[in-house]
Amino acid sequence: MAALPPYASPVQRAWYYGFRILCGLIFFFLIAPIIVVIPLSFNAEDFFTFTPGMLALDPDAYGTSHYRDFFTNPAWQQALGNSVRIAPMATLLAVSLGTLAAVGLSQSHVPFKGAIMAILISPMIVPLIISAAGMYFFYSRIGLQGTYWGVVMAHTALGIPFVIITVTATLVGFDRSLTRASASLGAGPIRTFFKVQMPLILPGVISGALFAFITSFDEVVVVLFVGSAGQKTLPWQMFIGLREQISPTILAVATVLVAISILLLTTVEFLRRRSERLRGMSPG
Amino acid sequence: MTDATAEPTHRPSPREQKEMAEQDGPMLAADGTPLKRSLNRALRAQKLRALMLIAPLLIFILVTFVAPIADMLFRSVENQIVSETVPRTIVALDETWSDHDAVPGEAVFAAMAYDLKEAAERREHTRLGSRLNYETTGISSLFRRSGRGVDDVGEIYADQFIELDEAWEEPATWTALMADPEWIADAEGTEDEDIPRFRLADGIADILPETASAYAGFARVIIDQDGDNPLEEEPWNTIYLALYRDLSAGADVSAYDGPQARRLSAAAEAVPGFESEPVSVMFEDIDEDWLDPQVWGTIDAFSSRYTAGYYLAAIDMQLTPEGIEPQPEEQRIYLLLFKRTLFMSGVIMGMCVLLGYPVAFLLANLPLRTSNLLMILVLLPFWTSLLVRTSAWKVLLQQEGVINDTLVWIGLVADNDRLQLINNQLGTIIAMTHILLPFMILPLYSVMQTIPPSYVRAAKSLGANDWTAFWRVYFPQSVPGIGAGCILVFILSIGYYITPELVGGRTGTFISNRIAFHISESLNWGLAAALGAILLGAVLILYWAYDRIVGIDNVKLG
Repeated sequence: MAALPPYASPVQRAWYYGFRILCGLIFFFLIAPIIVVIPLSFNAEDFFTFTPGMLALDPDAYGTSHYRDFFTNPAWQQALGNSVRIAPMATLLAVSLGTLAAVGLSQSHVPFKGAIMAILISPMIVPLIISAAGMYFFYSRIGLQGTYWGVVMAHTALGIPFVIITVTATLVGFDRSLTRASASLGAGPIRTFFKVQMPLILPGVISGALFAFITSFDEVVVVLFVGSAGQKTLPWQMFIGLREQISPTILAVATVLVAISILLLTTVEFLRRRSERLRGMSPG
Repeated sequence: MTDATAEPTHRPSPREQKEMAEQDGPMLAADGTPLKRSLNRALRAQKLRALMLIAPLLIFILVTFVAPIADMLFRSVENQIVSETVPRTIVALDETWSDHDAVPGEAVFAAMAYDLKEAAERREHTRLGSRLNYETTGISSLFRRSGRGVDDVGEIYADQFIELDEAWEEPATWTALMADPEWIADAEGTEDEDIPRFRLADGIADILPETASAYAGFARVIIDQDGDNPLEEEPWNTIYLALYRDLSAGADVSAYDGPQARRLSAAAEAVPGFESEPVSVMFEDIDEDWLDPQVWGTIDAFSSRYTAGYYLAAIDMQLTPEGIEPQPEEQRIYLLLFKRTLFMSGVIMGMCVLLGYPVAFLLANLPLRTSNLLMILVLLPFWTSLLVRTSAWKVLLQQEGVINDTLVWIGLVADNDRLQLINNQLGTIIAMTHILLPFMILPLYSVMQTIPPSYVRAAKSLGANDWTAFWRVYFPQSVPGIGAGCILVFILSIGYYITPELVGGRTGTFISNRIAFHISESLNWGLAAALGAILLGAVLILYWAYDRIVGIDNVKLG
C-alpha cells in the first residue's frame, strides 16, 4: 500500500486512487458531523443550518449568543454544576478502588481470578438500559434513588472496568523484582506501593481515570433513572433539549464538549505513546 | 569470608541430598517447620493479601451493580402482590372453585369482601388492580370502583344485628368477644401510637373462623394504617357479614363461655330469621364484571407468589385461565421489537464492516507516522460525547438541515420534496453506524497490524494478482478482527437506548426504548424486568462467544 510503484498498470493506479478517495470519504463521514457542529454553534440566528450570510462569510451572521445562553441560563448552569460535582467524585472512587484491586489481581496467586475479573468487568458488558433498570429498582429499595451518592455510586460502578483494564494492562509489564528490591531495602508495603510501583503504573492509572471521567461525564441513561431533578447533568439536559424542544444552545454545549474530548484524547494518546516508547514497543 | 574460601564446604550431590532427605524426614525451613508447610503458609498469606486488596472493590461492585441486576431478575418473576393483597380470596378460590366457566361460590365472594375492604383501607386495591390489568384489561377500573363500593357490602346484616341488640354497634362488645383479654388491658388507656400488636382471644378462631379473620384484619388496619385504637372504632360492615356467615353456617356457640357469650347465642338464635342477600348480588351491585368468570380466572391464574407471566408477555404470549395462549393480534409488539432490534443491529454491524474494513486496512498499511495522525480522526469520534454525536446527526438530518439543504442546492432533491432522513429506521442506522464505527475499526486495526506484509509479497511473487493476494492471503488472516469487531458492535448496538430514542421516531426504536417506557411511563416494572432479562441473556451469550474468540483480556482501549 505504501507508494505506487512506477510500473503500476492503469487499473492498479485507478484502484490505488479510488481506494484512497473511498477512505477519505469514510474519514469525512467519521469526522464531519463533529466538525460541522462548531461553525453552526456560532450562528447568530436560531437556525440549525448555514444561513446565506454564514456561507458568504459575513461577520454579522456569526455570533456568540448561544454560548452566552449556555453560560447564563440557570438550567444549563445547574446541569454543568452537577456534572462537575458528580464526575470527579465518581472518578476518584473508581480510581482508588480500581487501582487497589488491579494490584491485587496482578499478584501471582489469586483464587477465583477468572470469576472475579468477570464480575468486575461486567458493568462494561451489560447494556446500559439494563444496568439503569436494575439500579433504579434496587436503589429505590435502599433509598439511594434520586440522591447525589446514588448517582456517584452508579457512575463509579460503570467506570471501574476501564480502570481495571488499563491498570492491569500496565501491570503486565511491571518488573516484580523492583518491589522485592524495595522490600529488601526496608520499605513497607505501603511505602513500596507509593514510591516504587505507583510512579511506574501512573500512566495506566491516569488513562483509566480519564476513561472513568468521560464515562461519568457523558453518561445519560443511568442518571436519567437513578437521579432526580436535583442531579440533572449536562448530558441529561442535552437529552431533554433534543427530545422536547431542540434549542441552538445545544450546539454551543456540544462544541464545548468536543473541546473537552480533544483535550482528553490528546492526554490519553500522549500517555499511551510515552509508555509504549518507554517499553520500547514503538519507534514513534 | 576468608575461611569459607579457604575451606570450601562440601556440597552434597543430588543423590546424597535425596538420601539425607530420606534419613532426616521432611526438609525443614529455617525456623524448623517442614518446608512444605511453611511454603503453603506463605502461599496462603499471599492469596489472602491479594484477596484483601480486591475485596473493597468486589464488595462495592456486588452492592452497586450485581445486586441491582439480581433484583431486576427477581422482579421479573416476582408476583407477591396478588397473594399479599387478597390472601383469603386465593385460599377460597383454591378450595371451592372447580368449574372455571362458572362464577365462584359465596365463600369466594365473602373472602373477596374482607380482602377488598382491607386493601381499600390500606389503599392497595388500585395497585393490585393495575397489576392484574396488565393481564386482563378492565380490571384496574373494576378494582378502583369496588374499593369505594365495598363499604356497603354487609350493611344489610350490620343493620339487623344492631336492630337486634344495640350493643353490636359498640366497639367494646367486639373487642371483648374477639381480643385477647391481656391485649385489651395493654391497649386500654395507651396513646394511639403505642397500641400493641393485636392478638385474638384463645379459641375464638375455632368457633367463628371468618369473623375472627376479618376482625383481626380490621384491627391491624386500624392500628397500623390509621394509628387508632380498635377499642374505639366501630367495625366495618364486612365484619357483620362474616359474623352472619359464621352463625348461619351453624357455629357451635353453645361451647363458648367467654365474654359476651350470652349476646352471641342470642344472635345465633336470631340469625335464621334475618333477611339475607347473596354476597355475589352485593358485588353485582358494585359492578357487573364481578359475575364474569374471566376476572376470577385472572386472579386465580396469578395467585402464586412467582410467575412466568411477565416472560410470557415479553414474547407475546399470555397466561389465561385456560393455559398459555398467544396475545391477541393487535397486542403483539415485543417479538416484532426483538426482531427489529436484531435486524437493525445486524444492518449496523454490516455497515460498520463495510466502512471500517477499508479504513483499518489503510491505517495498518500506511507508515506509522501517517497512520498515527489519521488515527486521530477515528479516535476523536470515539472520545466525543454520545450526546454530541447524536445531536449533530439530529441537526444534520433534519428536513431543514444541512444535508437536505446541500442536496437541494446541488439540485438532486426538489425543495418541496426534501428527504425524510430522521425519525425512522434510516436515521437510527446512519447515526448508530457513525457512533459504533470506531469500535469496529480499532479491533480490525490491531489484528491487521500483526499480519506480516511479506505474506502478500510472497503471494504476488508466486504469481497471484492483487485481488487474489488480498482475498486468498490477506483477508483470511484479518477474519479474527472482523469477528471481534462484529460481536463488539452487535453487543453494543442491541442495548442502545439514547440514539434510537432521539433519532428513531416510531419505527426506528429498539427493545431498550420499550424497557424504558415500561419503567418510567406505564410503570409495569415486572414486564420491563422480563424484557431486560431476555436482552441480558442475549448479550451474555454474545459476550461468551466474544470471550471464546477474542478473550476478554485482549480488550484494548484507545
